[in-house]
Amino acid sequence: MSLRIVVCVKYVPDATGDRRFADDNTTDRDSVDGLLSELDEYGVEQALRIAEASGDAEVTVLTVGPDDAKDALRKALSMGADKAVHVNDEDIHGTDVIGTSLVLAKALERTGFDLVVCGMASTDGTMGVVPALLAERLGVPQVTLLSEVSVEGTVVRGRRDGDGATELLEASLPAVVSVTDQSGEARYPSFKGIMAAKKKPVQGFDLDDLGIGAEEVGLAGAWTVVDAVAARAARTAGTVVKDEGEGGRQLAEYLAAQKFI
Amino acid sequence: MGEVLVLVDHVDGAVRKPALELLTLARRIGEPSAVLLGAGAAAAELAVKLGEFGAATVYTADAAEFGEFLVVPKVDALEQIAGAGSPVAVLVTSSGEGKEVAARLALRLGSGVITDAVDVTAGDGGPVATQSAFAASFSTTSRVSRGVPVITVKPNAVGPEAAPAAGAVQAVAVEFGAAASGTRVVSRTARVSTGRPELTEAAIVVSGGRGVGAAEGFGVVEELADSLGAAVGASRAAVDAGWYPHSNQVGQTGKQVSPQLYIANGISGAIQHRAGMQTSKTIVAVNKDAEAPIFELADYGVVGDLFAVLPQLTAEIKARKG
Ligand SMILES: Cc1cc2nc3c(=O)[nH]c(=O)nc-3n(C[C@H](O)[C@H](O)[C@H](O)COP(=O)(O)OP(=O)(O)OC[C@H]3O[C@@H](n4cnc5c(N)ncnc54)[C@H](O)[C@@H]3O)c2cc1C
Ligand SMILES: Nc1ncnc2c1ncn2[C@@H]1O[C@H](COP(=O)(O)O)[C@@H](O)[C@H]1O
Repeated sequence: MSLRIVVCVKYVPDATGDRRFADDNTTDRDSVDGLLSELDEYGVEQALRIAEASGDAEVTVLTVGPDDAKDALRKALSMGADKAVHVNDEDIHGTDVIGTSLVLAKALERTGFDLVVCGMASTDGTMGVVPALLAERLGVPQVTLLSEVSVEGTVVRGRRDGDGATELLEASLPAVVSVTDQSGEARYPSFKGIMAAKKKPVQGFDLDDLGIGAEEVGLAGAWTVVDAVAARAARTAGTVVKDEGEGGRQLAEYLAAQKFI
Repeated sequence: MGEVLVLVDHVDGAVRKPALELLTLARRIGEPSAVLLGAGAAAAELAVKLGEFGAATVYTADAAEFGEFLVVPKVDALEQIAGAGSPVAVLVTSSGEGKEVAARLALRLGSGVITDAVDVTAGDGGPVATQSAFAASFSTTSRVSRGVPVITVKPNAVGPEAAPAAGAVQAVAVEFGAAASGTRVVSRTARVSTGRPELTEAAIVVSGGRGVGAAEGFGVVEELADSLGAAVGASRAAVDAGWYPHSNQVGQTGKQVSPQLYIANGISGAIQHRAGMQTSKTIVAVNKDAEAPIFELADYGVVGDLFAVLPQLTAEIKARKG
């Protein structure tokens, strides 16, 4: 039977634009430009490479997000994924990471999977814990933060460059992996890919479809509360000198005045 | 006062500084107990140190599983220790592994989880965590509203303060579940120490970017770092070019540092780089382009060629230090 790969991708506010919080202290996703999280492009890329190497695989991309999140799915489909699943429900607004992992896990149980591929972190929340939570919920091994990954038969292997050491990891499928931005540049969608993506199927689910109660998600269902958000005072430019042959000594003078020397 | 479990980060038979920081923070919200996993023969010695920094109890567990399998054995241990008592919070260092352990533990305990706190204080409804958001352009305060708060804290959130406590060792025999052996660590190669301070723990960080031009170019960056006793960082452009190891990358997908002094050399100041250094106390930039965005956040900037400015600066520092 062919290898069923599901890539979890998130639609996030563009990091190079203005990012802010909405009045309810949730990430503002309505009045800002969004896109497929750049770190999830690496997940799509590795999924496609694994599928190509296997010769008999199907790549599904899965997102939990608002209407516009379909743009993230389209991008992943135009890169080469075969089909998409979009979980979208008003009641999901404000869900925390525990709730998001619940929705993703239920959707994964619904689609079926041999390998779940995630990015290393979402570029908005930057928690980097959804893959571990999915493994915990689904009862399958987590093989995460990989800079190299491969699948051979029913075994997934990878290299994890941790804080103090590099580890080679191995687990049996089904499993959840996450890949870092060191895993290999993501491909650009080709014109052909973009055209083909328009015809690829996108299946929609709401909470009812997944058997999740509204009280399990959303702001009210969250197990954490953001009490306050404040814009940090923007750093202001200080003294700038032009090096006319004395720049190093001038800088030393500054560092000495600040008691660093 | 309620018990606060602190998962101890240790390496080569020594407690890492962030663990002492967690004990210091834990005292604000309760009575700290340390959880020391897989420390082997060093456990007794480490427990003394942990006691000095406020651990009333040091739970120790040793088993081959901690080294042979990824993440889950540590979750099993913490779950068992938390279940045997009634802790009011669990603190873990924010690292890739620390965050994964914390999240899985929280789910098992039916608790909320907060990651990457830069401060933790006592509040009416339990611990309050301060976090940075959107490349440190926002600051937020949050709390866990269900279960035992599980919070991961970034290094350098607080200076470690000694506060002698009993440090009583309590050995725990962990019963591992089936999931514990799910992901095998086939091999582990420790990173070779450079003798320089740990990037996330250093008081001063000197970084190089694409402007350094080549791997050899990092020589002037390292010499400056060594004259200041600093750690060396790199931008992703320098890492991607293969000039410096990824373990030294500063930014969104590298390390997030918050030193007293950050010196950026030949780095333009992209948002993803800023995400990893913007909260530094003092920022200095050396860049030959006066328009480089890094100057917008630098407290002091030198517009010039780093290959001229850095050697002169290093020589001057050495002269002043005598
Ligand atoms: C999802 C994602 C994650 C990312 N994560 C990170 C991350 O973690 N860390 C990170 O750093 N980047 C990250 N980036 C990349 C980031 O966007 C920038 O591309 C990168 O930071 C640029 O590095 P740089 O400043 O060294 O290079 P450049 O932007 O090319 O700047 C080089 C600078 O050097 C100056 N210069 C050149 N020669 C000299 C000289 N002789 N003397 C003095 N100055 C000189 C130039 O004027 C220029 O300003 C990420 C990007 C994405 C999309
Ligand atoms: N809403 C979401 N929809 C789909 N995938 C997600 C979502 N949130 C997180 N993920 C996946 O989980 C990874 C880690 O996210 P996080 O833990 O939020 O940093 C991301 O790179 C995605 O692969």
